[in-house]
Parts: sequence; C-alpha cells; structure tokens
Amino acid sequence: MSIGLLSLIVLTLTVIGYVVGRSRAVSQVSGDIRKLHSLPVFYGRITALTTAVPAALLIIVWLLVEPLFLENHAFSLIDSADIPQGQSTELVMSDVRRVAAGLDMLQANGQDLAPLLQDSAALKTALNDNGIVLQTEPAPSIMTASMALRQAQSLSRLAMVVVALVVSGGGLALGLSRISPVFRARNSAERFVIWLLLGCSMIAILTTFGIVASLLLESLHFFQLYPITDFLFSTEWSPKFGGGGTLGVLPLLWGTLYVSVIALLVSVPIGLLSAIYLAEYASRATRAWAKPAIEILAGIPTIVYGLFALVTVGPLLRDYFAEPLGLGNSSSSVLTAGLVMGIMVIPFVSSLSDDIINAVPQSLRDGSFALGATQSETVRKVVLPAALPGIVGAILLAASRAIGETMIVVMGAGAAAKMSLNPLEAMTTVTVKIVSQLTGDIEFASAETLVAFALGLTLFTLTLCLNVVALIIVRKYQEQYD
Amino acid sequence: MTRASLFKQDARTSARNAAEKRFRAYGLGAIAIAISALIWLLVSIFSNGLPAFKQTFLSYPVLLDAAVLDKSGTRDPDTMAMATTRTYERVLIKALDAEIVARGIDMGALDPKKLGNLISPEAPATLRNQVLADPSLIGQTIVVNVLAGGRIDGYFKGRVTMETAMLDQNTSPAQLALADELKAAGILEIKANPGFLTMPDASDKRPEAAGLGIAILGSLYMMLVVLVLALPIGVAASVYLEEFAPKNKLTDLIEVNIANLAAVPSIVFGILGLAIFINFMGLPLSAPIVGGLVLTLMTLPGIIIPTRAALKAVPPSIREAALGIGASRLQTVTHHVLPLAMPGILTGTIIGLAQALGETAPLLLIGMVAFVRDFPDAPPAGLFDPAAALPVQIYNWTTRGDPGFIERASGAIIVLLIFLVIMNGCAIYLRRKFERRW
Repeated sequence: MSIGLLSLIVLTLTVIGYVVGRSRAVSQVSGDIRKLHSLPVFYGRITALTTAVPAALLIIVWLLVEPLFLENHAFSLIDSADIPQGQSTELVMSDVRRVAAGLDMLQANGQDLAPLLQDSAALKTALNDNGIVLQTEPAPSIMTASMALRQAQSLSRLAMVVVALVVSGGGLALGLSRISPVFRARNSAERFVIWLLLGCSMIAILTTFGIVASLLLESLHFFQLYPITDFLFSTEWSPKFGGGGTLGVLPLLWGTLYVSVIALLVSVPIGLLSAIYLAEYASRATRAWAKPAIEILAGIPTIVYGLFALVTVGPLLRDYFAEPLGLGNSSSSVLTAGLVMGIMVIPFVSSLSDDIINAVPQSLRDGSFALGATQSETVRKVVLPAALPGIVGAILLAASRAIGETMIVVMGAGAAAKMSLNPLEAMTTVTVKIVSQLTGDIEFASAETLVAFALGLTLFTLTLCLNVVALIIVRKYQEQYD
Repeated sequence: MTRASLFKQDARTSARNAAEKRFRAYGLGAIAIAISALIWLLVSIFSNGLPAFKQTFLSYPVLLDAAVLDKSGTRDPDTMAMATTRTYERVLIKALDAEIVARGIDMGALDPKKLGNLISPEAPATLRNQVLADPSLIGQTIVVNVLAGGRIDGYFKGRVTMETAMLDQNTSPAQLALADELKAAGILEIKANPGFLTMPDASDKRPEAAGLGIAILGSLYMMLVVLVLALPIGVAASVYLEEFAPKNKLTDLIEVNIANLAAVPSIVFGILGLAIFINFMGLPLSAPIVGGLVLTLMTLPGIIIPTRAALKAVPPSIREAALGIGASRLQTVTHHVLPLAMPGILTGTIIGLAQALGETAPLLLIGMVAFVRDFPDAPPAGLFDPAAALPVQIYNWTTRGDPGFIERASGAIIVLLIFLVIMNGCAIYLRRKFERRW
C-alpha cells in the first residue's frame, strides 16, 4: 500500500472521528448540549486529534528510521570479497540500492524477474534499458543483498501500514470511549494542541542538533582518514583527485579573513557614517527614502552581487589597477570579492547602528549641547562612545555575515589557495572550497570530499563564536538604557 | 584676548564650524556612495541582461521533402524518427540557400557550405519534433521561424564584432556581412523571445536556446514546499513562544537556538541537507523537495522573528477581554490574537519567501546544479523529479564558456529581481493596508 493511500485512510478515520465524536457527545445528553462540559465541536476535535496525530508521527518516524535498519541488514549479506579493494562500502551499497530499485521498476513494468535473477548479465542489460546504468555485472552476493533489501523493504512497509492503522484505529476507539458529559473535552483538546505547538518550536533545536551532529560525525570520519594536526596547521591546500593530497585549512582561512577584512574596511565607514547621518542630521523626508534605499542592498540575492563581481567589478579592477600596476592579471581577486561584499554588508552595519544610535537617550545629547558642543562634537564625543558596544556588536555580526558568504567569493575571489598579501591576486576561501569539494565528481567517502564537512565545522564554529559575542554585547548594551 | 567684533568668528569657532560641516558632508557622502553602488549594480545587471529578452530569428519557407524526411512513405512516426537532426539540419540549410538565391542576395565571400552556423543547432531538433508531432506537414512548404546561431545573435547585440569574428572559428566576417544582408531582406529579424522564460536549459554551445522554464518551475515548487511547511510551523512555534511558553530552561534553549539559526551561514544548511536528507534519508539529488526542506529550515527563524513581533504588537487588552468572557487561552489566540496579527505574519512570511527564492549556496550542495532538460511532473510526484532553481541556473550559466551565457545569466537575474520586487511589493502593500496602530 502506498503512503498516499495510507494517509488518505488515516485522514478518513480522522474525519469519521470528528463526526462520530461530536454526534456521540450530543446523543449522550439527548441533544441538550448545556449538560456537556464543553461545546460539541471539542469532543469531535479531541477524537480527531487522537486518531490522526499519533499515527502521522509514527509514519514519519518510521520512514526516517527505516533505511538505517534495512541497509544494515542488507549490508551484512554482502560478501566482503565483493567489495573491491580501496572502494568504499557506500559505493557498493548504492549499487545494491540501485539494483533493488531497478528490480522494483522491472516488476512494475510487468517483466518476469525469475530468469533475470539467474543471469546477472541479462539483468544488467534489462536495467540499462530502463535507464539504470550499472558499472559491472552485479556479483552474486550483491544480488542476494538487493533481494534481501527488497524483501525487507516490502515487509517493513507492510508492518508500517498495519501498525499505523492499528494506532489510528486505537486512537479513534480511545477517543470515542472517553466521551461522556463530564469529560473535559476543551481542556484535553487544547492541551493536545499546545503540545503540538511545543513540538513545532522544538524544530529549531532539532535543526541545530542536526547541523552539529552531521558536521561532527562526518568531520570525525575525515579525521580518521586525515590527521587533524595536518588539517589545522598545514599551510598547503592541494587536493588530488585520487586522494592523498595535502588539505591544510590555513590558506583558506587566510583568504576568508582577507576578503572579510576588505569587506569590513569598505562597509564599516560607509555604514557607520550613513547611520550617523540618518539618525542625527537627516530630515524626516530624507530618512524616509534613504533608509529603505540602503536596505534594498540587503534584499538583493547574493548571486546578483556575485555576477556583478564577475562581469563588472572584476574586469574593471583588472584593466585599471592590476595590469597597469603589474600586480596581476586575474579578474577574480580578493579585492573584487571584498569590495562587492563590502557593498552587500553596508546595510547590516547601517541598520543596526542606526537603531543603536537612536536608542541613546536624548538627555545625553541635550547635556552636551548645553555645554556648547556642536552637533558633530556631540556625536563624536558623547553619542558614539555611548553607542560603542552596540556598534561593535553590529560590526561583529557583519563580520560573521562576510565570513559565511558564499556566492560572491565563489564568483569573485577565485579558486587558487594561496597565502599572499597582494589583494589583486586570486585567493580562495573556506566557503568556496566547501562548494567545490562537494559538487565535483569525487567519490563520496574519500578525504577529499569529507574535508568539506571539516571546513563546514570550522566555518560554523567561527561564525557561532562571532554571533554569540555580538549578541552578548548588544544585549548587555540594551539593558543599560531600558 | 580681545575680540575684534561679535560679528566676526574667531579662528577656533570657525575651525569648529568647518569641522561640523565636514562631518555632515562625510555622512552625506557615505549615503551617496551606498546609493550609487546600488544604482551601479542595477544598471550593470540591466544593461547586460535586457538583450536576453530579445532574440535573433530567421524566418523563411522550407520544403519538407518526403523523399528526404520519410523515405518509407508510411508517415509512421516511429519510422520517421530514423531521420536524425542532421538530416533536418541539411533540409534547413538547403532551404536557406535556396531562399538566398531566390531573393538574389549577395553571398559575398562566404562559402555556401558555411551557411550552417547561421542557424542555431537547436533549430533542426525543434523542426524535427514539430514534424514528428504532425506528420501531415511532410511534403508541404512551411515558413519556419528558427533561432539564429549564437554568434549571429551576439553580432546584433554587440557582443561579436567583425574583428572578433576574424579570430573565431565558429563564425567569419563574411557570415556576419551576409547576416546584415538577410536582415535588410527581412529574413532575419530581432524579436521578443518568450522562449527565454519557457524553454529548458541548453548545452554549452547553444546559449541562444537556453531558457528558464525548468528553473522557474523548480523555484516555484520549492517555494510551495517552503510555504506549506514554514508558515504553519513558524506560526505554531511563534504562538507557543509568545503566548504559552513558561519561563524555563527549555524555552530559553529554544529562543537561543532560533536567534542562532538566524545567523548561521546559509551554506551550512546545504551541508545539513546533504548529510540528513540525501545521505541519511535517501531522498533524490536535485529534487525540489530537498531544496524546499533545506530552505524551510533556513527560513524558519526569518518567519518566527517577525511573527512574534506581530503577536507582541496585539495589545493585552484584547486577550484580557476574550479571557474575561470565558474564552480559553487557545481560543483567545485563534479567535482574536492571530487574526489581528495576520497582516504582520503574512508580511514576514512573504519577505522570508523572497529571501529563500534568492538563496543559492545551499542548493549547490544538494545537486541543483545538475543539467536538467526534462520538465518535472506536476506536484506532488514532480517534487521528487530533478529540476533546476532560478539562482542556481544563473550560477550555472556564469560557469559556461560562451559569453552568450553571461547575457542569459543577467537576464535571469532580471527575472529573479522582478519576482522579488513583486513579493516585496505585496508585503509592503499588505503592511500599509492592514497595519493598525493601537
């Protein structure tokens, strides 16, 4: 039975639960609903909820966990001699999965499977005809594993359908049996819903957990294949296609920090000065159009900045600066990416600084004016020092944004891992290498691919620290004047 | 020190006043730089991208000769499929040659064999599909309207000049001269190109045939997934945190996590999608469902934060009045607070969706860069079919060799920006129309 049909059945049961629950409550008091604890709809609702929610949760969890158990089972059947030397088990398992899916497809097409299972060459051609390309003829133990996987899959599906229907029907029966005039249906139904709401807000925790778990697990895999000290302290990044390259993170970090520093050198003065002007000098009318106009910069997708760097800024810098000055001839460079990223980050600095400057109490300014200070002296000597912690927080958030930015550096900074001081030279960053290591045609279980997860972990830790420090600073500052 | 006149500023005062003026000018200058950067960005993209919406077409009569295209004479589509695109290419070139001769156009120094590059390699395939779909066309003379080759198109858009054509093996100055003659004769036309929005992507050598059809559809599917998942989950989470959550460790943990997820680099969500949805759960690569799930997780904080602000803006008196006449807390929320907060919630959701629409980096990691030529099915099955996405298609085009793709990428950005302007416009309209001050 397909999942669509199963959900349809559960849905029907739910509707039945609602209708029957409601009418049962009404009939128990022979139509005089004043005798019920809650309005009739609540009896319907709680029955419907107990019918649908546990069954739906069960199906979701089952589908999530199922592959894990099934594949372990199928994997145990593969003859270790059938795993080619130096090849990962993941690759063999993907063969098993494809053969199993292919057999399902052939069966759905009405083909007789029995002769194919005897003859692996015929099977291969049959699968190839259906668009599933196998490198070699599947070995006998892989065939057994595939068959076992298919069997276990269909068994597991059947079990899931039965269990889900039992849970759903049980929920329906339980819900109906609880209905009586004194049953506090409104309270139960609402408690149920509030638990659901709590469940939804737990998704944030689950996501963080998922991120940390996947980064950590795969990074651990990587550090088993490649020593962590080499990763952290080697100054060379030269992955090789077949494995065995040097994967030092330092050149990537250098590129990342160099680009981010240039971005901040561009965005902090511009962002801060415009925030000061908008907060202290601008008339209402100017503010009304200038602030949204600057914030448009934050709403433009980064791919647009990337293309801008690639086709406009990069060639411009190359033709008018790099080549005349003899500093290089590459259109992608640290300066290109940094400049464009600086433009992108301006609104992050200016909006937050604007809020913070506006939060400085007017009494401080009035005091300064009373002593005869000009407006700019007030801003520089009174307002800015008072707003400084918040502004530092804003800059840190902007820095974290710059470090994690991907598309601008992918399209503007280049791909060569170098530790050079020349800003007109192409260098590469952590995010660029995550993209290139995970989108190339590299075998999944090799160190060359897994290094992306270690890079991701580095990036995540770096931005997390910046964010936490920034948030703490901003919060602490806000408390002062509240 | 004596002062000469009260009307004359002393040196110190004028220095301070000058400093004041300078400071103001710095601020104004900073705003001017920021806004001119925005204008520069937009002008650069639009000037590069607008030509993508126009395309060079050739239209001339072609005799679909039965002796060439259907040797068996059965008009059976299966046997007719034996005639390859090569055959159709020859038919098209021959017809063009005949038309040139018939109109008495001067071929100049061009070798008649080199006519082929005038026509896009995509054109024979289109004609072949047209004939296979309607075999009765065979034997007739139809006026075809075919894409001109990429270099010819580039010539009329200023990308290719006589000088660059000298060095280019795919075209020649003589060919471009002939293209000018054809334009004068009305065979070659530059027209609006709806195919840019509807056609699928094309291979490296055919920028003129590349379109955004699959990318727009894929992005639409992903937005559908994001809307269906992120809106209810986001509203539910916000309602819990704002209205029901007790002050305890768990609530704090949720709050910290949401604040933190909002600042996690988007590429990390891509890694999460790759590890969890593809490697662990076994969902297919390049599928809109995976993209939608990743973008949902990424957008959730962006929906929760404005939704909570909208809920917070509803005054407590509304809640107290509802509770006072016997509503439960949940009834208070669903009957009164949520409807009043709805405009704010919708605004936040639309802005969140707009951000998700432009997001590229996480989609690169889950395989959306793949070259997809087949349109995905209708949802829900189509959610599992391979598809592209608008921003990824743009990135994909920028990595190709032919300069024609830069024009396509810029054109695609214009499409993307139009979608974003529409979405943000809706959000602003909703806010203006329904915003209430209490």
